[in-house]
Amino acid sequence: MHTHVFKRLCNATALAMGMPRLRQAYVPQPVVDRSAADLRAYIEGQDPISKRPFMQEVLDGLLSPLEDADLHGLSFERTTPRLVEADTEDNLQRLFEQNCWTDMLPVVLPTEARVEAMLEGTSHPPDKVVGRLRPTAFREYWEFTVEKVAVNAVMAGARPEYFPVILALASSGISARSSSTNSFATITVVNGPIRKEIAMHDGIGVMGPYNHANATIGRAYGLLSQNLQGGSVPDDTYMGSLGNWLAYTAVLPEAEERSPWQPLHVQKGFKPTDSVASIFFGGWYTHAGYGPRATWQEKMRRSLAAVEQYSQPLFVMDPIVARGFVDLGFDTKEKLIAWCADNALMTAREYWDNQWIQYLMRPRAVAGVEPYASRLKADPDQAIKIFEPSEINIVVAGGETQGAWKMISGSLRATVSIDAWR
Amino acid sequence: MLTVHDPRGYPPKVVGKRLAPRLSSLDGKTVYLVDCLFDNTDVFMEQLRQWFAQHLPAVNTRIARPKETWSDDAQMRAAIAADGDAAILGVGL
Repeated sequence: MHTHVFKRLCNATALAMGMPRLRQAYVPQPVVDRSAADLRAYIEGQDPISKRPFMQEVLDGLLSPLEDADLHGLSFERTTPRLVEADTEDNLQRLFEQNCWTDMLPVVLPTEARVEAMLEGTSHPPDKVVGRLRPTAFREYWEFTVEKVAVNAVMAGARPEYFPVILALASSGISARSSSTNSFATITVVNGPIRKEIAMHDGIGVMGPYNHANATIGRAYGLLSQNLQGGSVPDDTYMGSLGNWLAYTAVLPEAEERSPWQPLHVQKGFKPTDSVASIFFGGWYTHAGYGPRATWQEKMRRSLAAVEQYSQPLFVMDPIVARGFVDLGFDTKEKLIAWCADNALMTAREYWDNQWIQYLMRPRAVAGVEPYASRLKADPDQAIKIFEPSEINIVVAGGETQGAWKMISGSLRATVSIDAWR
Repeated sequence: MLTVHDPRGYPPKVVGKRLAPRLSSLDGKTVYLVDCLFDNTDVFMEQLRQWFAQHLPAVNTRIARPKETWSDDAQMRAAIAADGDAAILGVGL
């Protein structure tokens, strides 16, 4: 049983599982926030896809005799050609757009010469398998090689010297084109010597369209994710209700040399001389502020209380802000993170009145997993801490034209070596 | 004229699976209603259980839930295989 807006996705998933005739019945969208009476009306009403009574669909699914095609399912091979049939540049641009192989902006066409040049950016052979990606947990994994990653890197306009960063992102197993209805994007933080080697920019406009490496690495991550995982097509392999502008590109290097604190990758156990990419999954909310001024604690508490509580905060702080916190005694990131974790509060009632907390965290709470079990036991009016210190991250970047910070939803999903892909 | 690469990855082979045998009748049978843990699905499943109780009282229904979201709970699956005759999974957002 599904809600009707997921029909295409349900059919595609059943086909990929070799059961294209899987019996499926549909109720109207949404189920969330509907009363028991509403849901009973769904059950007693019509299947909006078949236009037959919903329960008739359910009972037929259980009782109707199987046919020959049901007894062996459907097996078949799928192949992806190495090259596209030759055509004019205009026609190929149109073909790539029509096939949803682009981000709807023009791409650099991946000619054999351009892909060959991109492959010069790594020591790894073109036919080496890099990894597997999928749009969401219940879809099938697609596999891909170094050459296929190079094709997408070319399309994004990246240069060969960026290729190890792009391969590292591709190898992470984290898709930058999640199909989640939450419209997640990824935000990538780059640390280590590679930042300077490829002229990434951590100053003025670090999160804007002002640096070739920052911009095209992020775009490459998006394009490779959608094309190497089997697509990111609305109503099929993409179901994000609102979408996310950060999905175009969201990569920044940490301003390690201007930060008073330990760099992110060293916090995560890497050496300062390692080049590393950290992938944050989120982009759902953004809060911003200045400071730290006299009332910074009130401002920060309000911001932390205003988050979507299932998506953890990633702070990007201008060096002016970071140094200001040092002046207040926060001489390590860990001290400020501990303050944030102690002050990210919400009533238990509000915490649990969230569909994704119900969906993702409640089963863990019921199973006794901490800290969710304690949060579930709390009195509804009790203020509870909503994040563990390990779930909050801080990165220093920015041009020091203003003491500005942003808090972006971003759960750290992977920290991957770039050096492994040189 | 330009020759360019295809940017797509490699999909796995699709291996056909047969559907589970169907029942000739639900009378006296045990049907599991598997709550996939989306928000409010518990309310939907309870309404479905009540519908069966009201309209098909000869059917035994049991609501089951996996331990974790998006997980194939082997223990739940084994319990359904052991004493269930059919299962209905649902429902989305």
